Amino acid sequence: MAEPKPALDTLPLKARASALDFYYGDFQALKKIDMPIYEKRVTALIGPSGCGKSTFLRCFNRMHDLYPGNRYVGEISLHPDNVNLLDKSVDPIEVRMRLSMVFQKPNPFPKTIFENVAYGLRVRGVNRRAVLEEKVEEALRAAALWNEVKDRLQDMAFNLSGGQQQRLCIARALATEPEILLFDEPTSALDPIATASIEELITELKQRVTILIVTHNMQQAARVSDFTAYMYIGELVEFGWTDDIFIKPKNPQTEAYITGRFG
Amino acid sequence: MARMARKDIGEIRGIIARAKRLDVIFGVVGVLALGLGLLTFATLFVDMALDGYSRLTPDFFTEFPSRHAERAGILSAWVGTTLVMLVTACVAVPLSVAAGIYLEEYAPRNWITDIIEINIANLAGVPSIIYGLLALGLFVYEFNLGQSILTAGLTLALLILPVVIVATREAIRSIPSHIREGAYALGATKWQVVQHHILPYSMGGIMTGVIIGMARAIGETAPIITIGALTFIAFLPASPVTGTFPFLSFEWLQSPFTVMPIQIFNWTSRPDPNFHANAAAAGFVLVLMTLIMNGLAIWLRYRIRRNIKW
Repeated sequence: MAEPKPALDTLPLKARASALDFYYGDFQALKKIDMPIYEKRVTALIGPSGCGKSTFLRCFNRMHDLYPGNRYVGEISLHPDNVNLLDKSVDPIEVRMRLSMVFQKPNPFPKTIFENVAYGLRVRGVNRRAVLEEKVEEALRAAALWNEVKDRLQDMAFNLSGGQQQRLCIARALATEPEILLFDEPTSALDPIATASIEELITELKQRVTILIVTHNMQQAARVSDFTAYMYIGELVEFGWTDDIFIKPKNPQTEAYITGRFG
Repeated sequence: MARMARKDIGEIRGIIARAKRLDVIFGVVGVLALGLGLLTFATLFVDMALDGYSRLTPDFFTEFPSRHAERAGILSAWVGTTLVMLVTACVAVPLSVAAGIYLEEYAPRNWITDIIEINIANLAGVPSIIYGLLALGLFVYEFNLGQSILTAGLTLALLILPVVIVATREAIRSIPSHIREGAYALGATKWQVVQHHILPYSMGGIMTGVIIGMARAIGETAPIITIGALTFIAFLPASPVTGTFPFLSFEWLQSPFTVMPIQIFNWTSRPDPNFHANAAAAGFVLVLMTLIMNGLAIWLRYRIRRNIKW
């Protein structure tokens, strides 16, 4: 990029992981992760399989709380109110109401298109038809799906194509106006054309929301993200501007992975 | 072809032919096994139909049992069976669905849960007469419910509880975890996930389990005899609907009763061959009831599954 990059300490912060450890039972999956998440930027997490990138992502909305034996140490503070998302006193449901997630495999509910997008609002007790209709339309427009589905909102969601289903899941995640949108390898089950449309969408979405994306596809990280973090066996090896990481990585390990000599 | 077949091609074809022969043999064995089961059932069914054909008149369904074979009917038996099944369903469905949901969604993974699970598996294997003895001791003598429709319904509900719990759990387990996680990720509570997702998506499997359990219960004789159902009964229980406020009566729950299998047993044990024709006709009706219930289960599962895909 030609324009000079602003200094990191002048950028507004949305969240920060500090000294984060995570355990599946006795197995330590994350080790002392320190990493900033900048507001309204796309941050990509890359690294070989099993490096802990998905585990790290799922800490942000406390998905690990659904299964027994998982344990967090350290913190992820969410700004501006500076609350530690991982604290025992913070209800995981409250965390999930503030942060949304899009999964690896499109996972629409076996309900109508409308009810899929409206579900997050329903959970929050919104049941007024007019409000739901307005929010559903807005979310579907933001997910670039409105024109394709506006005449068949009452169709079952599984009648959509894979790429449409994933955009529906993005709309569902957007409808509740999340502060951070978490993507867990959102295109790994999609064909190249659907992948391109999702990537374009992610680039547009950073106008309105902070994005954290896990990807096993390095070109994708290079295309969509502002910042990239390279992880290896539970540790954060390198974090920086995406073009710095891809053009002149400081760590030889990062360089080996990015150039394809490893991983 | 650019290249001729390799020289060991004959050997490869020999291996394939031998492997395919096994395919054919298994296919034949499978068809024979299936045919044996179907043939046994068809023989029984046709035999009963032929023996009881002359007795299958409308009067047969509207007459009480009688000393005269040609005047005897199954009115008290089919009404008794229907009412007992109603009680069984009303008790067994909520209990086993709640138990299944608890075990799948709420129960912590520890040794207490393990013991509960082993117990449920064992309950499914307990002989039905043991349930009859339990019911006699507990419902009839301890709770003083009498030798009534209520006692019979509760007994059969206990009997099918493990079947329906297992069906419920399997239906719930077939819901993929990414659907569950999708709902949790939007901020749903456990109960919201159960109410909006788990229950609706597993309803087909649960209904199937309920109906298969009921189809088993409808033919049970041993536990019903143990609790003391009458073998000869010439009156109907009190009507559940009354002419005066509150228009509903539960007196029928305390009524003595008989059920289809007991009526059949009673007629079979008589020396007069005319009663045997009655038994065959009643048996035919009972099997038909079971077949209709199974058909309903298949239809329901098909209807509900049609709207669910992942």
